[in-house]
Amino acid sequence: MFTNFPFFPQQASEQAAQVDAVYFFLVAVSAFFAALIAIFLAVFAAKFHRTHHDQVGDAIHGSIALELLWTIIPLGITMIMFVWGAQLFFHLTRAPKGAMEIYVVGKQWMWKAQHMDGAREINELHVPVGRPVKLIMGSEDVIHSFFIPDFRVKADVIPGRYNTMWFTASKPGRYHIFCTQYCGTKHSAMIGWVTAMGAADYETWLGGGARTGTMADAGAQLFQSLTCNTCHLETGQGRGPVLKGAYGKPVELEGGGTVVMDDAYLRESILMPTAKVVRGFQPIMPPFQGLVTEEQLLQLIAYVKSLGAQGPTPPGQPATQTPAGQPSAPPATPTPKQPGSGN
Amino acid sequence: MEITTVGLNYLNNGYGLKSWLLTKDHKRIAILYLLSITGFFFLGGFFALLIRLELLTPAADMVQPDTYNKLFTMHGIVMVFFFLIPSIPATLGNFLLPIMVGAKDLAFPRINLLSWYIYVLGGAFTVVAAATGGVDTGWTFYAPYSTSASNSHVITAGLGIFITGFSSILTGLNFIVTTHRMRAPGLTWFRLPLFVWSMYATSLIMILGTPVIAITVLLVAVERGLHLGIFDPALGGDPILFQHLFWFYSHPAVYIMILPAMGVISEIVQAFTRKNIFGYAFVAFSSLAIAIVGFLVWGHHLFVAGQSTYAGLIFSILSFFVAIPSAVKVFNWTATIYKGAVSWDSPMLYAFGFIGLFTIGGLTGLFLATMGLDIHVHDTYFIIAHFHYVMVGGAIMGYLGGLHYWWPKITGRMYPEGWAKFAALTVFIGFNLTFFPQFIVGYLGMPRRYAMYAPEFQVYNVLSTAGATVLGAGYVIPMIYFIWSLKNAPLAGNDPWGARGLEWEIPSPPPTENFVVSPIVTEGTHQYAPSREVGIGH
Repeated sequence: MFTNFPFFPQQASEQAAQVDAVYFFLVAVSAFFAALIAIFLAVFAAKFHRTHHDQVGDAIHGSIALELLWTIIPLGITMIMFVWGAQLFFHLTRAPKGAMEIYVVGKQWMWKAQHMDGAREINELHVPVGRPVKLIMGSEDVIHSFFIPDFRVKADVIPGRYNTMWFTASKPGRYHIFCTQYCGTKHSAMIGWVTAMGAADYETWLGGGARTGTMADAGAQLFQSLTCNTCHLETGQGRGPVLKGAYGKPVELEGGGTVVMDDAYLRESILMPTAKVVRGFQPIMPPFQGLVTEEQLLQLIAYVKSLGAQGPTPPGQPATQTPAGQPSAPPATPTPKQPGSGN
Repeated sequence: MEITTVGLNYLNNGYGLKSWLLTKDHKRIAILYLLSITGFFFLGGFFALLIRLELLTPAADMVQPDTYNKLFTMHGIVMVFFFLIPSIPATLGNFLLPIMVGAKDLAFPRINLLSWYIYVLGGAFTVVAAATGGVDTGWTFYAPYSTSASNSHVITAGLGIFITGFSSILTGLNFIVTTHRMRAPGLTWFRLPLFVWSMYATSLIMILGTPVIAITVLLVAVERGLHLGIFDPALGGDPILFQHLFWFYSHPAVYIMILPAMGVISEIVQAFTRKNIFGYAFVAFSSLAIAIVGFLVWGHHLFVAGQSTYAGLIFSILSFFVAIPSAVKVFNWTATIYKGAVSWDSPMLYAFGFIGLFTIGGLTGLFLATMGLDIHVHDTYFIIAHFHYVMVGGAIMGYLGGLHYWWPKITGRMYPEGWAKFAALTVFIGFNLTFFPQFIVGYLGMPRRYAMYAPEFQVYNVLSTAGATVLGAGYVIPMIYFIWSLKNAPLAGNDPWGARGLEWEIPSPPPTENFVVSPIVTEGTHQYAPSREVGIGH
């Protein structure tokens, strides 16, 4: 009846073994202390079992030495857990520079992914093995959470902001995606598959399928159709600030302060332009809250990003802009990974 | 020790419905609470049974996902707010606290009765919400799902929680004032039974924490009903704010559930080893430490929600700190049994079970405080298993142990010990079979709140469902013999266990005003043998 009886999830990312190491340490500590208590209870219960009706126990009031011992030892062990867990958390939540970026939008009840080159998927995510992948995630409605158990990574996907997560798949194969933040009727159907492929297979996959253009192309079109281009002129003569080359750089704000032009700032400035106005400009841009979808937002951001990448100091994700089939970006060099060898 | 008659007591002092519904006697109010929370316990248990039956197979074949979502929501709401939180404080605490401090009643008897009526009113809202279609937000009411997306009776259920919170606050207030002002002559703080210390710590949390959950559910109702932007980003709100507010109460609420059970276990371990507790001051102060530090750990529920990493670090280390006083208690209970006169009567079996299961529940909590590991196990069945080890393996085992220990005092009658031992064993086995597999399936990656799940998780779910059946039987058996015992079991007498404590010096059941003359206390709690060693304590 149960042919499939796993005891432990696969280790399919470079992070998985690191998480499991902490897990095994905690299992070992827990097993030790649980066994210790159980043995003491059993031995004491048997050895000191009441033998006659009026028997009473010894009046022992306590021992400072013992209290200190069983305060300090557990404290020391838990501090090891704390430091190890915190280090791991930093590692798991900070994507390395140059990670390949994929945008993910969660909505009731599906996952939509957009690759930089314009490829789109629903409830599927194709990634290359051996290369860090960073997911930039937003939600169109309620809170979701993106979980790949075999990679040991998870992050909530929250409306109104972007959360990120990253991983490096280490083994070709197909792995579960689960939504882990309860989101309504079909929460348990908001699932999908990650397909990790060898680099060569991945390039082939990217090359296939109908494509209307990159995300940045789509964003450029929106930039025209929403008439953003009438104010955000490249000449610097427009009523809005110049966007070319601005991504990733600090922006001086009206009323003091600066903010780095990142995804979150762009998002906020499109939806609620008056929140943080660039110095020297009037707050005349209309809010686009409710007028653009999450996916369109991401396309607009990708477009602004692509303008930034052409600026004097590219902010470090050029790899993702490589056209399919042009393996010029160093990490994507197709090392001959046997297709399907991991299945 | 032949006892054949029972004098005038709180039970036979008036029989009409009015004598119960208008009573100001803390013992009768405890009975009112006992009956109502038992009703909610079996209601919540019924929801749990349906959940487990649905999860026998990976598909949503017994009920639709919408129904399933309402089942786990109602299970959570009923069990947390209407059973676990009031369980020990409102029943055993109400009954015993005044007696243990040598008082005739709580400080505010009318407020005590009021708190029960408030509880019933809140419960009525919840029952109405369930009967008219239910709620599907999860007991956590996360926004913006609860405020903008859910098509269920969120406001009705939220009002139920809002209202019943006041009963919690009033009970806490009553306990604190009673402990401060109404102790018998000679009953210093360090002579107090540890159960009183744990009730005191619990009351602090009830008073300080409950207003926050009341505000939170009210804000949900305001956003949902009036579309004021508080939590929903589409209205300009912040959904993470909800999580902070919710867990600011709901994490300490876990300690509202477990601290009273710890107090019960401290009493049982002393009574059934006939030995005073090892390290009295450490056990007493660890209750306060848990109550205080427990208020500062809520952010460990938000590690994957995009909360600042540095805030996460603080919450992580504080979560480890709060584990230490719990560990200290476990070690002290174990040390108390050393050289005791250990009885294997059913309350002690529950205490053994509690210590073992709570140890596992506590240790697995460390997995969740470890930030890098929490990323993987967050919102999986690992968490479900963890908190059921604490709340069912801990709080309910403690509650059942306490109910058995004080049943002779409450009713004046014993219960069939053989059946009680059998039930304790059944609960222990059924519990582990239900929840241990959930640690494994959780680490495998099965998310919580899934009506449908991947086929490779099935074997563990079948084990869980089998265990839940055994566990259910383990809960029904005591229900039957307790009812049977009311008329048929032998009379208990003042002190059937040979235990020490003010409650065992007065008749069973106690007279209406507990003490004919106010007791004068001359020594600490549970002194059985003359002092042999000089140690800490008083």
